[in-house]
Amino acid sequence: MADFDLIVIGSGPGGYVAAIRASQLGMKTAIVERESLGGICLNWGCIPTKALLRSAEVLHLAKTASAYGLKVDKADFDLDGVVKRSRGVAAQLSGGVKHLMKKNKITVIEGDARLEKGGDAPKVIVKDAKGKESAYQAKHVMLATGARARAIPQAGLEPDGKLIWTYREAMVPNEMPKRLLVIGSGAIGIEFASFYNELGSEVIVVEAVDRILPAEDAEISAFAHKSFEKQGLTIKTGAQVRGLKKAKDSVTAEVSVGGKTEKIEVDRVILAIGIVANSEGLGLEQLGVKLDRTHVVVDGFGRTGVKGLYAIGDLTGGPWLAHKASHEGVICVEKIAGEINEAHPFDNWNVPGCTYSYPQVASVGLTEDEAKKTGKKLKVGKFPFIGNGKAIALGEPEGLVKTIFDAETGELLGAHMVGAEVTELIQGYVIAREGELTEEDLMHTIFPHPTLSEMMHEAVLASEGRAMHI
Amino acid sequence: MAINITMPALSPTMEEGTLAKWNVKPGDTVEAGDVIAEIETDKATMEVEAVDEGTVAQILVDEGTEGVKVNAIIAMLAEEGEDASSVSAETSAPAPKPAAEAPKAETAPAPENQVASTPVQMPKLGAGDDRIKASPLARRIAALKGIDLTALKGKGSGPYGRIVKKDVENAQPGAAAAPAASGAPASPDGLILPQVLDDRVYTPDSYRLEPLDGMRKTVARRLTQSFMQVPHFPLNVDIALDKLLSARKGINEAAPEGVKVSVNDMLIKASAMALMAEPDCNSSYTDNGIAYHKGAHISVAVAIDGGLITPVIRDAEKKGLAEISADMKDLASRARERKLKPHEYMGGTFSISNLGMFGIKSFASIINPPEGMIMSVGAGQKQPVVGDDGQLTTATMMGVTLTCDHRVIGGAEGARWLQAFKRYVETPESMLL
Repeated sequence: MADFDLIVIGSGPGGYVAAIRASQLGMKTAIVERESLGGICLNWGCIPTKALLRSAEVLHLAKTASAYGLKVDKADFDLDGVVKRSRGVAAQLSGGVKHLMKKNKITVIEGDARLEKGGDAPKVIVKDAKGKESAYQAKHVMLATGARARAIPQAGLEPDGKLIWTYREAMVPNEMPKRLLVIGSGAIGIEFASFYNELGSEVIVVEAVDRILPAEDAEISAFAHKSFEKQGLTIKTGAQVRGLKKAKDSVTAEVSVGGKTEKIEVDRVILAIGIVANSEGLGLEQLGVKLDRTHVVVDGFGRTGVKGLYAIGDLTGGPWLAHKASHEGVICVEKIAGEINEAHPFDNWNVPGCTYSYPQVASVGLTEDEAKKTGKKLKVGKFPFIGNGKAIALGEPEGLVKTIFDAETGELLGAHMVGAEVTELIQGYVIAREGELTEEDLMHTIFPHPTLSEMMHEAVLASEGRAMHI
Repeated sequence: MAINITMPALSPTMEEGTLAKWNVKPGDTVEAGDVIAEIETDKATMEVEAVDEGTVAQILVDEGTEGVKVNAIIAMLAEEGEDASSVSAETSAPAPKPAAEAPKAETAPAPENQVASTPVQMPKLGAGDDRIKASPLARRIAALKGIDLTALKGKGSGPYGRIVKKDVENAQPGAAAAPAASGAPASPDGLILPQVLDDRVYTPDSYRLEPLDGMRKTVARRLTQSFMQVPHFPLNVDIALDKLLSARKGINEAAPEGVKVSVNDMLIKASAMALMAEPDCNSSYTDNGIAYHKGAHISVAVAIDGGLITPVIRDAEKKGLAEISADMKDLASRARERKLKPHEYMGGTFSISNLGMFGIKSFASIINPPEGMIMSVGAGQKQPVVGDDGQLTTATMMGVTLTCDHRVIGGAEGARWLQAFKRYVETPESMLL
């Protein structure tokens, strides 16, 4: 006898969204969480960092108030207050997930889960805080255990929670580091660099490859690079950290750039060198679940090949984004329910990526370099923020919107943006891609004036040499 | 609510089958598990079991009907308490859920995401159903590729059957234009049927897919058309080359600087002369009558990267060997750079394909329509032969195959042409006459 139709392990944005969808489809659903509902995203990731970055943004506005004709005597911050607000936001949303679980009649099981051979699906053994184990049998089990910061101990790149931080410690600083080294310039590294820089730390970012935000379009990442430097960030690309030497309250990093090794002394280090999946301790090896390094191998519907066992989200590989996990979770549940004729396998061609630094970066689809490699004839359109009325009124004249079309078919192959609020804009292009709109449809679309979104229109027009305001 | 019974897929690759036998008739009650029909495929006959219970309300596909598409509704069941007579196909949902399952004997159910979504043959289409749901991108690609979207109507893989990019990218011009209702092949050529690799048999990562370029498409279309449409037959002959070889030697020794005549150049000339000698063979079949060409325009097959092209030596009968040789060099080199103008590779009346340089002994080419004949030239090889004096001797023999369009050229005409050709090659000086 099965206790549940579906047990979801992990309550991050992949797991809890999947649980809600399962409940909507009439499945008796349980969710297992070892820490706080909402997972890393709500508690230690996306959401609390956005709260921190908002504080930094408001501080920035206050500091530059005179440019807007305003008088602010002394713009300053209270670090405890900033952190407290961030934690409050996370707590509020975690409480919200708890409410959602209750509303959808989803049983929340607290504790650490592992799997054993079972009936329809592997048996789920949950160990609670007191060490007591309970076994549950479900028809289907979905793993949504996520991922955590990657460390490379053999290179000395190992967090210690005091001097060498991961996102966790970086999110709740006791005091501001005067000098901060950020290793890795992906979204996480750049967001923290942006935050600490705004609050007055001297921030050095090192990136192993030849440019920051390596997943982004080269032109956008070069644009962002210049913006960050203008704000005082020191950026070293093509730089390898050879080792970290810890003193009592400081760290000396040995960094080699272009064959030369230099020593950089800082108060704190943030490691943002990628992530590894939380696939250990679950008993996956005994069940014969296929792993690729740390990631669980699945098909487009999250099926692991083990009867009744599914996996979604960061656990299954990149892009490591909350919205990708949620989408996979929903597809997987709908496939299990079997009622949704429309369930299409997950395909990561249309997952937008966002970095909430200052300026923001957002993109979807192919970069220009990737698009060139397809051999298709391209039409590229660009439009700068300086040509947009709303951007000028906002005092945000720096940024760029770029669109890449297949010249023959008019397919929007990729869209890339840097500048104020672009993370809110990108979904317009995501919809255009999902609906397979061509450049013609976008040109015929009315964009409200005055908005930043007009630049999205202009970038499309520019691909045809028809931009209006430049 | 009526239950649709649909044509089951008995194997992952089954697309259609024959409804061999009904075991039930309207008014019969069936229980889940009852054998209600027998389905025949090219491989086997299988029983279809009911998975729901109810009363047979309508049988929509008669016994013995061939080519019933998988998932097409074959019968309707009225559920308990429902008036069987009120159940009709018109009220059924357009997207049927398979209500009949393949018998257990046939293992390997089709991968779920692959279940064919062949639309049901609806007896009537309601108002507004004429609209073809397709994304703007799919429409653009269809227009570029010359695909008629009506053929894909309702079969798209997007929401509610919307036709999206991948549906048209996989389609071929004129492909799948056979509506299930009429069963008539309706591709514009009337010939080219769709041919794709089935993902279930050849997984997409097991091969490299090179998109078709214009040349490849043209070659594929024209040769398929030719092979299927032209009633063709081959004629074979061995020709002694020795005299032609020694004539070539003499010609090249006497030729001015820069002129070097090849064997192929001489075969072009000999073909043109033979066409003049047997003018009935320099002809094309047309629906309006047989076109007898006045000039011998010789198409010469040139293999180039990514395909094949046939530059034409025009009026070859009037040209000297030096001129043919120069023309051929120029055309072949520009063909390899894909720089030929249309008039330089169109308008031939006869083709030569030569694989002698590869040591091929003999082969038969596919006619290059609307030309009436193509000659396939094999390698010249030293062979023992019985001479005119009855003594065993050696000669360089070349196997030649002439493929003829029987609509314009009979066996005797083709044979006479080969005789003429053989005479010119074996007595090259006669070309001077």
